[in-house]
Amino acid sequence: MKTDELISALSAGVEPVNRRQVNRSVGIALVVGMAIAIGVAFLALGVRTDLTTPRTLIFLLLKIVFAFGTTGAAAVYLARLARPGGERRVSPGLAALPFVAILLLAGVSLGQAPSSHWDGMVMGDQWLECLISIPIIAVVPFAVVIWAVRQAAPTNLVRTGAFSGLVAGGMSATAYALHCTDDSLPFVALWYGGTIVLCTLAGALLGPRLLRW
Amino acid sequence: MLASQDGDAAAHRVLLERLSRHLRAYYKGKLARIGRGATEAEDLVQEAVLAIHIQRHTYDPAEPLTPWVHAIARYKLIDFLRRNRASVTDVPIDEAGDVIANDDHLSAESSFDLRRLLKHLPEKMQCAIEAVKLDGLSVAEAAQRCRISESGVKVNIHRGLKALAALIAQRTQT
Repeated sequence: MKTDELISALSAGVEPVNRRQVNRSVGIALVVGMAIAIGVAFLALGVRTDLTTPRTLIFLLLKIVFAFGTTGAAAVYLARLARPGGERRVSPGLAALPFVAILLLAGVSLGQAPSSHWDGMVMGDQWLECLISIPIIAVVPFAVVIWAVRQAAPTNLVRTGAFSGLVAGGMSATAYALHCTDDSLPFVALWYGGTIVLCTLAGALLGPRLLRW
Repeated sequence: MLASQDGDAAAHRVLLERLSRHLRAYYKGKLARIGRGATEAEDLVQEAVLAIHIQRHTYDPAEPLTPWVHAIARYKLIDFLRRNRASVTDVPIDEAGDVIANDDHLSAESSFDLRRLLKHLPEKMQCAIEAVKLDGLSVAEAAQRCRISESGVKVNIHRGLKALAALIAQRTQT
């Protein structure tokens, strides 16, 4: 077949396309994924019942700001990565900002506490539950995000997969925060941050397989 | 590019013709360095043209066009080399500027035939693509001929072209 024949065929009956479709798919995935994550966390774990003191409310808010902040920043880049050549316009620095912030806060909070308390502050009561729940809750939102990215054409599959995992991990951690009763900054930094990084690595590994086009 | 995103068929044709010349020069240059011929270059040109057509919604008008085309061209090249078990490290480091190089050689043919490939698709996709893309019918006429709705024709064309791209990728495996 000559290339001219292919071009004639492709130029017959050309439909207009929606330039916002890529951003829209990512946006839809964000809303749907978040709803699923909260739904799963609510049904499987339930919402924490001790939200009566200002201290617990502040901590809940803080965890949500951290977890959702990672998702938000990553989603902006994900919408760029989904387009061919979009990796040129992505600096992982901004996506890492929430992690840097929470690590700094954790450091300050450890510095103010006597070292005999450190163990309890870092390990909390339920680090194992956190470690297991966040990746599990992230599975379905991750699938939704991958679906959205597949509507477009990423050309750097490892990085796009990593950001998909980051977005899903952040959504999952946001949902898990509604349940988790461990209120200490070092705990959030280590176990929330760590599991979100885990989701990111999983995404980077799966990206080349799931996103080929 | 903007006009073809809005559905201007003439502009789309001019765009694909121009880009295909750049792509041909790009792929010939790259493949010559690893000892592959003009037919394989033409296969790749057509894969890339098809990808540009299918993915035209992913071009962001706020961005320059060349890096977008270059990213697709390079992605298809690496995909081709991976399928053919060549190492990715064989791909020479290149710049976005390489894809603007030109080549007027038009007579080369690729190794696949559109009508024959179409036969491997599901009936509705086959019918919709044949009617609109090869026989030049309007979407409404195609809907009548294939006995599906107008939006069904559009969906089947879109999915069918994606399926075709996948078929071509399989075929060019050596």
